[in-house]
Amino acid sequence: MKRARIVHQWVEQEATERDGQLLLADGQLLPFDAVHWLPPLEPVAQPRTILALGLNYADHAKELAFKAPEEPLVFLKGENALIGHRQVTRRPEGVKFMHYECELTVVIGREAKKVQRADAYDFVRGYTVANDYAVRDYLENWYRPNLRVKNRDGATPLGPWLVDAADVPNPMALALSTTVNGKVTQSGNTKDMIFDVPFLIEYFSSFMTLRPGDLILTGTPDGVVDCRPGDVVVTEIEGIGALMNTIA
Amino acid sequence: MSFLAMRTVYGTLLNFRGELDALGTKMHEAPYGAPPRAPVLYIKPANTWSADGSPVTLPAGVGEVEVGGTVGVVMKAPGEVAGYVLMNDLSLPHTSFFRPPVKSRCLDGFLGVGSTLLEAAADIDPSAFKLEVRIDGELKHAVDFAQLVRPAAQLLADVAEFMTLGPGDVLMLGIDAGRPLARAGSRIEISAPGLGTLSNTLVAGEAA
Repeated sequence: MKRARIVHQWVEQEATERDGQLLLADGQLLPFDAVHWLPPLEPVAQPRTILALGLNYADHAKELAFKAPEEPLVFLKGENALIGHRQVTRRPEGVKFMHYECELTVVIGREAKKVQRADAYDFVRGYTVANDYAVRDYLENWYRPNLRVKNRDGATPLGPWLVDAADVPNPMALALSTTVNGKVTQSGNTKDMIFDVPFLIEYFSSFMTLRPGDLILTGTPDGVVDCRPGDVVVTEIEGIGALMNTIA
Repeated sequence: MSFLAMRTVYGTLLNFRGELDALGTKMHEAPYGAPPRAPVLYIKPANTWSADGSPVTLPAGVGEVEVGGTVGVVMKAPGEVAGYVLMNDLSLPHTSFFRPPVKSRCLDGFLGVGSTLLEAAADIDPSAFKLEVRIDGELKHAVDFAQLVRPAAQLLADVAEFMTLGPGDVLMLGIDAGRPLARAGSRIEISAPGLGTLSNTLVAGEAA
């Protein structure tokens, strides 16, 4: 099932996808542009841990002139960064290079501690799409990528859907693409990840406990380009969804 | 300070002059190339939070940990401070600050959180805070918050330039150089006038 979280008539609620429309709990069917979309995440009591990978596709690592990492390059994000489908992300004034990053995102479903790779999928609630924007002008070599690059308010659109894990038989073979104003600028496949989803769950849970609702953004392949105000950016993953965002 | 009210907890690297002095010319060398311009932040996720008085279990194979006595600024609303709380920001010792320190700072239990919130008031200046770290009763670290590179108000303003600190978010002011080491069995007490005492004991974890 594909689940969204939306605000409709001032009420935050879950909705599901039905024949290209949103089905609300009260039976109403609404077009996608009739509601305000939130990240497709059930509320959690404590702030969720948001792990994000850098350089996790061999081609992207090459593009950025780094050698492929020997262990995951990971950074954390705050919830301030997350926004939903069909929202707006601000490009800071005066910057030269702000790019999208289309990323398969894992939503953890059960407390995960010292999980073995072979059992890792049992801990996945589902999948969604993240667009993990980066403003490269602000990169510095201290705890890189630093939060000024990667933790800006509303600079990580997430959605549209949380797709149940049961509906994604093989998350490691999904086509992934980004369009800017309708033109394809990035295409890849999750099979090219350096550290795949089971590896990442085993790795993180070896030193930190993951909890339901925590997120792993698994990195992006080759093909990032600068985005300007007014650009409409759609990051899409096969079977997961097409996440739309507009730059302002 | 109740965990229930706490949202994202941010730490700040290199906000004490002593830390910059300790790095010296290395800041200009590879891989850094230059001293930092913007605040250098990291996140202590909820799995790291340990209540005052509770033990912190070290993973098997971890010998020594760095003790990071600091003060967290607790936000009431964007631009508005609720108060201040003691924090024990533990980490595995690491000498490279090039990559984000997730594996060294985000271990379960690696952030002791004080139980006393000193409410913000006009006559409270965070630059006047003085904090002491004791390990098994012995004074190991004395921290003077007059030595901050960015005093609290400036740090908050510079961070707000790129992200919002909302209600319950916490921004730790930094950890001075000379961070003491502790090991399983160590009792760590962090105290500061007005902020009370934060105590945590390190215990050895069982091998897997």
